[in-house]
Amino acid sequence: MDWLTTVDHKKIGILYFAAGGFFFIVGGIEALLIRLQLMFPMGANGESWFLDGQTYNEIMTMHGTTMIFLAAMPLIFGLMNAVVPLQIGARDVAFPFLNSLGFWTFFFGGVLLNISWFTGTVPDIGWTAYAPLSGEEFSGTGSDYYAIGLQIAGIGTLVGGINFLVTIINMRAPGMTFMRMPLFTWTSFITSGIILFAFPALAVGLIYISFDRLFDANFFVTATGGNAVLWEHIFWIFGHPEVYILILPAFGAISEVLPTFARKRLFGYSSMVFATALIGFLSFMVWAHHMFTVGMGDIANALFGVATMLIAIPTGIKVFNWLFTIWGGNIQFTTAMLYATSFIPTFVMGGVTGVMLAIPPADFQFHDSYFVVAHFHYVIVGGIVLSLLAAVYYWWPKMFGRMLNETLGKWSFWLFFIGFHLTFFIQHFLGLWGMPRRVFTYLPNQGWDTANFVSTIGAFFMAAGVIVILINVIISIKGPKAPADPWDGRTLEWSIPSPSPEYNFKQLPLVRGLDAFWLEKMDGKKEMTPAEPLGPIHMPSPSILPFFMSLGLFIAGFGFMYRGYEFESMFINNLFGNNIIAISGLAITFVCMFLRSVYDDHGYHIEVEELQKEG
Amino acid sequence: MVFSLLLTGCSLVGQGSNPIDPKASVAEEQYGLILLSIGIMILVVIVVFVLYFYAIVRYRRKPGDDSIPKQVEGSHKLEIIWTVIPMILLLILAVPSVALTFSQDEDYSEDPEVIQIKATGHQFWWEFEYSDLGIYTAQDLVLPVNQRVQFQLTSSDVIHSFWIPAMGGKMDTNPGMTNKMYLDTPAEPGVLKGKCAEFCGESHALMDFKVVILSEEDYNAWVTSMQTPATTVDADVSSGEELFKQNCMSCHAVEAGFPGLGPNLTGFADREVVAGYLEMTDDNIFEWIKNPEQFKGETVEMPAIPLDDNQYHDIVKYLKTLKLE
Ligand code: HEM
Ligand SMILES: [Cu+2]
Repeated sequence: MDWLTTVDHKKIGILYFAAGGFFFIVGGIEALLIRLQLMFPMGANGESWFLDGQTYNEIMTMHGTTMIFLAAMPLIFGLMNAVVPLQIGARDVAFPFLNSLGFWTFFFGGVLLNISWFTGTVPDIGWTAYAPLSGEEFSGTGSDYYAIGLQIAGIGTLVGGINFLVTIINMRAPGMTFMRMPLFTWTSFITSGIILFAFPALAVGLIYISFDRLFDANFFVTATGGNAVLWEHIFWIFGHPEVYILILPAFGAISEVLPTFARKRLFGYSSMVFATALIGFLSFMVWAHHMFTVGMGDIANALFGVATMLIAIPTGIKVFNWLFTIWGGNIQFTTAMLYATSFIPTFVMGGVTGVMLAIPPADFQFHDSYFVVAHFHYVIVGGIVLSLLAAVYYWWPKMFGRMLNETLGKWSFWLFFIGFHLTFFIQHFLGLWGMPRRVFTYLPNQGWDTANFVSTIGAFFMAAGVIVILINVIISIKGPKAPADPWDGRTLEWSIPSPSPEYNFKQLPLVRGLDAFWLEKMDGKKEMTPAEPLGPIHMPSPSILPFFMSLGLFIAGFGFMYRGYEFESMFINNLFGNNIIAISGLAITFVCMFLRSVYDDHGYHIEVEELQKEG
Repeated sequence: MVFSLLLTGCSLVGQGSNPIDPKASVAEEQYGLILLSIGIMILVVIVVFVLYFYAIVRYRRKPGDDSIPKQVEGSHKLEIIWTVIPMILLLILAVPSVALTFSQDEDYSEDPEVIQIKATGHQFWWEFEYSDLGIYTAQDLVLPVNQRVQFQLTSSDVIHSFWIPAMGGKMDTNPGMTNKMYLDTPAEPGVLKGKCAEFCGESHALMDFKVVILSEEDYNAWVTSMQTPATTVDADVSSGEELFKQNCMSCHAVEAGFPGLGPNLTGFADREVVAGYLEMTDDNIFEWIKNPEQFKGETVEMPAIPLDDNQYHDIVKYLKTLKLE
């Protein structure tokens, strides 16, 4: 019950981790099914050895959608929740209630999407949901699950992004100027800014799809004057920034782990900040590189191609600054550091293929081939996931107060890392040999058979790695208790106990520079100098309203989805047909909003005596 | 025989379905850019890897070494180096890229020397209209060697993408719009593979087609015979013909001058494949007519024709007579 009502950023972070981790496993199982199907080519009479086309397309669609929206996004948000307030020396985020609302809308959106597995109408339109395939004429209720599920989950992301913007602007501890913020906080800040501009585009696009499907609007229906390519633009105006929303905090985490275990200050801090901001800005200028083959013409293709290439420059700045951070350091290879260092070459390999894809005439060949699959898995798995795993091993003690086992950690690393390259490196070649993506089978003897087989073997190595991680997580429940500062950390979160108390900082710390805690330690101190006298701490009250507000949206989503559906029971038909379900769902949400507005909750205080008692 | 080549060269796969084994100029130019970019990128990767491996080996912690290294803030000189050098590399890459982007977007729609083809994507098959010749084909695109071909690309339903890897990159077919792209044909006769490259639904993976490249002479003969298909039908297939007329004609034409709701079947017996990807055998034709869904799933546009097995056999027999000349 505590977990349903909590507004504590640390607990919400854990909730995000639990839900994101769960969906990561679901998406991973889907990935294994995909690879299993592609392990062998089709038989002599065209028969498929494992999955039929429809099932494959459903699994492929849900894999992509789940991994991006329900695994990577919440894991990033979990990390931001767990770390950012501590890094800036704050007691919570700016809007704790909103924080909880963000989690629950994401969660219910994700659940809605996955309920499609049980109703039998699973999205089968690819995670990009191109119109008119996603329209009423060419796809079933699965597309409604996609549009409405993501709509609800997207609210959570937007709310979360705004929350972190305000938190980072307003809640920094005394002395924590912008240019003293740890890089993870910086990247979270810029990511939140991108979310603020990118997610509304998705919301609008999804509304268009829903209106086309449910209310016979004509945004993308070609036959009645709509424009199918419009959706591609809307989707990628959101979709390209989205990949940077994911990768920037990953960059941030790497920029924390490398300095800690190399025991060296981040090289070129200010150019790292500048590069991050520049990437954030450019991410809005390049969406059409996903659309070179749409027929935009030479001028648009050339402009978007060159703009895309430009992103390589700030990205390169980051890579070299990381290299020179570990250069001359005293590197300790913990599991977190193994993941973080292996990120560098892996991500670079994903980055250079990105530049290759930015050449329009070459992309005519690469586009929608396995070369693209290899590219974005190198940046998403080799970039984002490796860095998330580094971050998990690094911040786990702070979040849970327990240490993860290092031996298992190293096993998981090597299994995952070798499996990753085994799976995806060879896919570059499959692309160059002409294998298109999103195919559920392929003819034998095109020179693709062995490579596909190898790729599938790699996927099982990755799965083994993930299983070892799970075992590690489970046994850590009884693992050794974590000290406050297990890694000889540099930033504020390591100056407070593990796990941190609910108010985080008994007294707000005084920040004297970048790597605030490290500076104090170098001066021979054991803790931060307080910036305020000990006093009672104000805390927000827990609330169940966010849960019910999201539940209301979830119910309304069903109501809208099935309003035109023919049920056998007259009663149910009437409930949906007359929008009674939809309206009741919305009513729950609005009543909760009303309650929240009229009922003044001032929260409570933790008194000084209590604080002193705890030490 | 004119079509001996088709028979001997018959393979399901077709040679050269491969962007890095280009068979004609557009693909060759694109391959050139691919090679250039791979070269530059390998250079970048090597630099990073050398620095990286040196750093992680040289600076790993020795047991018992608890020292704190020098805390370096950064270096302006280095920052400039790794900003400027990538800029130069990108410039080397960008100039030919932009040049080719423009030159390959040339439009030859009005050029009388150039073959005009309108290619239309359907779930899940391809239709080709030879605009100047009044010929329709499906699944097999027949072209002469050493020719420039201007394609007008569109779709009748969802977005597909038209791709002949050995001849050049792909271009989407958008419903309600027409995209233009030109390609050149190879210098040698042969059969190339083409495919749909944009996810278009249940049987997207099976939306293949064949590009049959003929010598100049063979091509002209093909055009002539397409324009005057044989009209006499052997007596022993007349029952099949009758069944075809009753059950199939509403969608499939057997004269090249007409489009249809389904693929035009003129010269069907000369084709490389059934349904774009199945081997051309009686069994496959039989199974296909009996139940297209077993191959291309529920969303396939062709209905199963409710007849008995003997009647299917008659139809197959009739279809096998649909040869040119
Ligand atoms: C140097 C940086 C990068 C460059 C130059 C770049 C460039 C490109 C280009 C041109 C494409 C289009 C390929 C095509 O569809 O033909 C593409 C696809 C893609 N990129 Fe990147 N990219 C970069 C980094 C990233 C990052 C950091 C991510 C994710 C975190 C990412 C994720 C993706 C995804 C998911 C696709 C495939 C989208 C799809 O077709 O479904 N990229 N990239
Ligand atoms: Cu298609």
